[in-house]
Amino acid sequence: MKYRIAFVAMLALVMQPASAQNKQATAKTGAKPPAAAPAEQKDAATLEFEKFRTQMEQEGNPAELFEVKGEEFWKAKRGPKNVSLAESCDLGLGIGVVKGAYVQMPRYFADAGKVMDAERRIVWCMVEKQGFKFNDLAKEPFAKGNYTPEQTSLVTYVAGQSKDMKIAVPLKDPHVKDVYEIGKETVAYRAGPYDFSCNTCHGADGKRIRMQNLPNITTAKGSLTAVLGWPGYRMTGGVMLTPQWRMGDCFRQQRFPQPKYASDTITALLTYMTANANGQMYKGLGIKR
Amino acid sequence: MKTTARLSFLAAAMVTLVAATPAAHADGDHRARAIAMMKQDFVTKGQATADRISEDGLQAICNRTGNKPPAYIAQRLEADQLAGVKLPADGKLLGDWKSGEKIAQSGRGFTWSDNPGLPVGGNCYNCHQIAPKETSFGTVGPTLFQFGKLRGNTAETQKYVYSKIYNAKSYNLCSEMPRFGHIGALKEQQIKDLVALLLDPESPVNK
Repeated sequence: MKYRIAFVAMLALVMQPASAQNKQATAKTGAKPPAAAPAEQKDAATLEFEKFRTQMEQEGNPAELFEVKGEEFWKAKRGPKNVSLAESCDLGLGIGVVKGAYVQMPRYFADAGKVMDAERRIVWCMVEKQGFKFNDLAKEPFAKGNYTPEQTSLVTYVAGQSKDMKIAVPLKDPHVKDVYEIGKETVAYRAGPYDFSCNTCHGADGKRIRMQNLPNITTAKGSLTAVLGWPGYRMTGGVMLTPQWRMGDCFRQQRFPQPKYASDTITALLTYMTANANGQMYKGLGIKR
Repeated sequence: MKTTARLSFLAAAMVTLVAATPAAHADGDHRARAIAMMKQDFVTKGQATADRISEDGLQAICNRTGNKPPAYIAQRLEADQLAGVKLPADGKLLGDWKSGEKIAQSGRGFTWSDNPGLPVGGNCYNCHQIAPKETSFGTVGPTLFQFGKLRGNTAETQKYVYSKIYNAKSYNLCSEMPRFGHIGALKEQQIKDLVALLLDPESPVNK
């Protein structure tokens, strides 16, 4: 509850319309803006938020509440088959092994015959091992208001168990490499009314939309920026969101139609981006603006 | 309509041409599979219909050449895009810079969460620095600050700016900038107002 209060105060600062923030900035400096656009520039609200985030990460990330819930879901016997995921689900390192599994996904799962990202794999286990219906899980797959899907809490738990571990998507596996290459083509694919691809915004260094810095997902450094902080607790709306959600919201802004939940396209994007960040440290659950 | 039909035909012919030449950036197999995958994986939501996944001719050329089509193709197709630009019948290209500024500020339009009944914005500040008062601007495109001051407010420049906003691909086939007039996002008066924002000597852009 104390989080809530802090967030509301913070939101008041962060969520001001851009125009109001600018007025502040202009009033403070009183100077004419430069003719050339500096690449990495942060407005007052961004700096304030980053300070706040550091503090929250030290004192306790609200994502941890979902992590605890996810652990309960992982260990409890559930679903029509009354089995736990802990005793039935293999995330790639053996049945029930959670430690370090997240940073080694997406990976190829022979039992499913598919490369899967963490959320997709968890959903696969819920369907195949516990007997849940995929269509039920896919109906409202992302958090909204006070509702948080069970698989979101599960992803949060599993991701938290890879905190401070090196990202190691098994690219040597030809199945994974193949999906990686498909992902690489997917991020370059321009279509839709605005002719946008992922790379339109995320294919070069030092680009911004308004004041929002855009990570270059074709580089190791930029990919890490894109991977870090997910799954994350998003202050706007106070919801816990997964990488699957994040990819969908990118497509929305790209003016694309909606990707199906747990689809090959999302796995391909996550494979490409996460593998580009291979060898670097995953810092655990995030806090997002 | 005639132009569009001709355009598609030409573009289709060009795709065949490009496909026949092994391009430096091409990974045809994975691309084909990526496209097939996306056609399966996307569904209509709101105004964002599933058919948006299909490329048009120009997108296909850019996708197949890593946005660097051979010059002989780019020139033909740029000319064709330019031929499709509909200039205002009254010959007046300079509108009102004040409403141009409002249009430049708005990033609305075409997403599945936008109300399709409302007018679409120019999205300009998302990518460009324009008037000095707005310090929250993107850097995907070049700065347009002092555009008119540097280039002059001649009839020729007005025509260039109008056409560039109407269809950015008329001058740079694989430009990152959307084709705002071509796709019917911005109406004639809106484009005129944006031309004024960039070129009117009274606009804050040129002060």
